[in-house]
Amino acid sequence: MKETFTKGMARNIYYGGSLFFLLLFFALSFDTVSELPDRDNRQAINESVTLGKKVWEVNNCIGCHTLLGEGAYFAPELGNVVKRYGSKAAVKAFIMSRPKDGVPGRRSMPQFNLSEEELQGVADFLEYVGGVNTENWPPNIQG
Amino acid sequence: MKYQSQSIAKLYFIAAIGLFVGQILFGVVMGLQYVMGDFLFPYIPFNVARMVHTNLLIVWLLFGFMGASYYLVPEEAERELYAPWLAKLMFWIFLVAGAATILGYLLVPYAELAKLTMNDLLPTMGREFLEQPTITKIGIVIVALSFLFNVGMTVLTGRKTVVTIVLLTGLTGLAVFFLFAFYNPVNIVLDKYFWWWVVHLWVEGVWELIMGAILAFVLIKITGVDREVIEKWLYIIIALTLISGIIGTGHHYFWIGAPGYWQWFGSIFSALEPIPFFVMTLFAFNMVNKRRREHPNKVATLWALGTAVMAFLGAGVWGFLHTLAPVNYYTHGTQITAAHGHMAFYGAYVMIVLTIISYSMPIMRGRTANGPKAQVMEMWSFWLMTVSMVFITLFLTGAGILQVYLQRYSDTPLGFMVVQDKIELFYWMREVSGVIFLIGLILYIMSFFVKHDDEVTA
Ligand code: HEC
Ligand code: HEM
Ligand code: HEM
Ligand SMILES: [Fe+2]
Repeated sequence: MKETFTKGMARNIYYGGSLFFLLLFFALSFDTVSELPDRDNRQAINESVTLGKKVWEVNNCIGCHTLLGEGAYFAPELGNVVKRYGSKAAVKAFIMSRPKDGVPGRRSMPQFNLSEEELQGVADFLEYVGGVNTENWPPNIQG
Repeated sequence: MKYQSQSIAKLYFIAAIGLFVGQILFGVVMGLQYVMGDFLFPYIPFNVARMVHTNLLIVWLLFGFMGASYYLVPEEAERELYAPWLAKLMFWIFLVAGAATILGYLLVPYAELAKLTMNDLLPTMGREFLEQPTITKIGIVIVALSFLFNVGMTVLTGRKTVVTIVLLTGLTGLAVFFLFAFYNPVNIVLDKYFWWWVVHLWVEGVWELIMGAILAFVLIKITGVDREVIEKWLYIIIALTLISGIIGTGHHYFWIGAPGYWQWFGSIFSALEPIPFFVMTLFAFNMVNKRRREHPNKVATLWALGTAVMAFLGAGVWGFLHTLAPVNYYTHGTQITAAHGHMAFYGAYVMIVLTIISYSMPIMRGRTANGPKAQVMEMWSFWLMTVSMVFITLFLTGAGILQVYLQRYSDTPLGFMVVQDKIELFYWMREVSGVIFLIGLILYIMSFFVKHDDEVTA
């Protein structure tokens, strides 16, 4: 490096640049949060969805599945599963019917022994997530 | 070793390596579950193995960062650590809390663990990488704060160098952004939006500061290049990191409900993120070429160059591959992501921790460098682990390209499970590479036990 570009200049770019872009990031985040009500399907959130998110979390569904493309890549995307299965009842039936000891030779999903209320909650939660405006992601119904 | 209290780092490094072994064992288990779906089911379901794998990774890297700080801060600050007893106490607290959490994952169903740890009081569990019970998260905050206090007081009452200030900034950022782990609204979009403030702002923000500082320290020591020169490079690197990386968070906001403008902000800024990694590579090679001394620790130099190159490949090249919104539309949440995640984490953070261990461990054991036999063995482990990680990445990339095509791009998209069956061969090859990685790791550990009769004491 030539002496024309000194350590002091590098330091100033670091402090100035970081501060500027951090503030810009906060501003964009503020704008995002204020635009979300029109995009995030919050009107669908009710007691059942709240319970459903809890069931989703305490059973660590994200440890095998993706949700809106984030999570693990071992099992199908679930953000659009209600659409893929055609109904919440079908989704509930799938979750309910998992064999305790898995399916021989196949990637298996545990039997969580959920109550009817919890099952309904998860299904409602997945339907709520399916209503988020994701800019048309995923590309097709397979997720 | 100039200061007695630096030796606390040894404790941290030993724990780090131990947990690293656990991480890889569970990686290999998962690799097998990918192709033999019922392996260990229902005793260790995939999600449990995954939590263990990723949480051990994060915890051991944190041990590594803390050990690195305890080693280099006293030397830079030219004084003993502010409170060595606190560093030792926190070590045990962190280790016990970490081990208890991992055992919790393995021994009781996750829902049971949530109940036992009263997750309902402040629900934070069940999100990727942040699966720890809330009480563990609080423990992490306490450990992080005491650690910051200890290191901070040492820096502030001693000589302040660019290396320590940058390191401290990175560590403070690490603690601050972790606080977003406690924010868990029902609204899934808000949840995801701020979840990335932990994950992205860690690995593509403040952790890069930590990495840069550690790399700069090791390069000062092994090359003897003038500190002024190295510090200038360091400032340039971290300036580029934060200028690109903060807004670059937007590459995670394309499809989760955030406004469409993030496709522009995220794509453009994250496309610049490889630059600091590239500069880091230039930096490492330049400093080694301009070295003013021949340090006998050759293998530490190898790690230092290796981490720069592999971080550039994993984060820079493999990150760029899928970071533009039109590409990410198809690759989002596929094996491409996994390929990138592996090489980036390994290249940047695993290797930087192994670099400082490689440099400092011999010194803490009373010699400038290990003898040639031990060094050669460590070099073998370097190549075994690094090359097998390259192959893991390549196989996952192959799997990912096919997955994207068959499931998302072709005119007749197939279902997820059908596609997974079709690309099984790639998962088998990943598993074989994983086993070789494990062998490399075992060799790495063995290199610590080579008799040092022919040690170098230059
Ligand atoms: C141990 C891994 C694992 C966990 C944890 C898990 N799943 Fe699954 N899940 C799977 C696998 C594997 C499949 C695909 C099964 C098959 O096709 O035979 C699946 C399929 C599904 C499907 C059907 C998707 C489709 O497109 O066919 C739904 C719905 C589902 N899971 C919901 C859940 C919910 C809700 C939870 C949390 C309560 C959960 N899963 C936790 C592994 C898991
Ligand atoms: C130091 C080496 C390793 C590092 C740093 C590492 C890191 C990671 C990370 C960060 C994830 C989460 C990925 C994501 O969410 O995109 C992950 C998941 C995973 N890792 Fe590793 N890993 C390593 C070694 C291995 C090995 C050797 C194997 C197996 C042979 C392995 C198998 C897996 C599997 C199967 C997953 C789950 C992917 C999924 O969600 O479907 N890892 N690892
Ligand atoms: C050392 C630095 C980095 C590390 C450790 C890292 C690690 C990771 C990990 C683990 C994930 C998966 C997260 C999840 O589970 O959802 C991820 C995702 C991603 N990373 Fe990185 N990364 C790094 C740098 C970069 C850079 C520099 C870029 C861009 C140039 C980048 C682009 C991406 C993108 C676009 C995704 C989202 C993938 C998806 O849509 O599924 N990363 N990264
Ligand atoms: Fe990112």
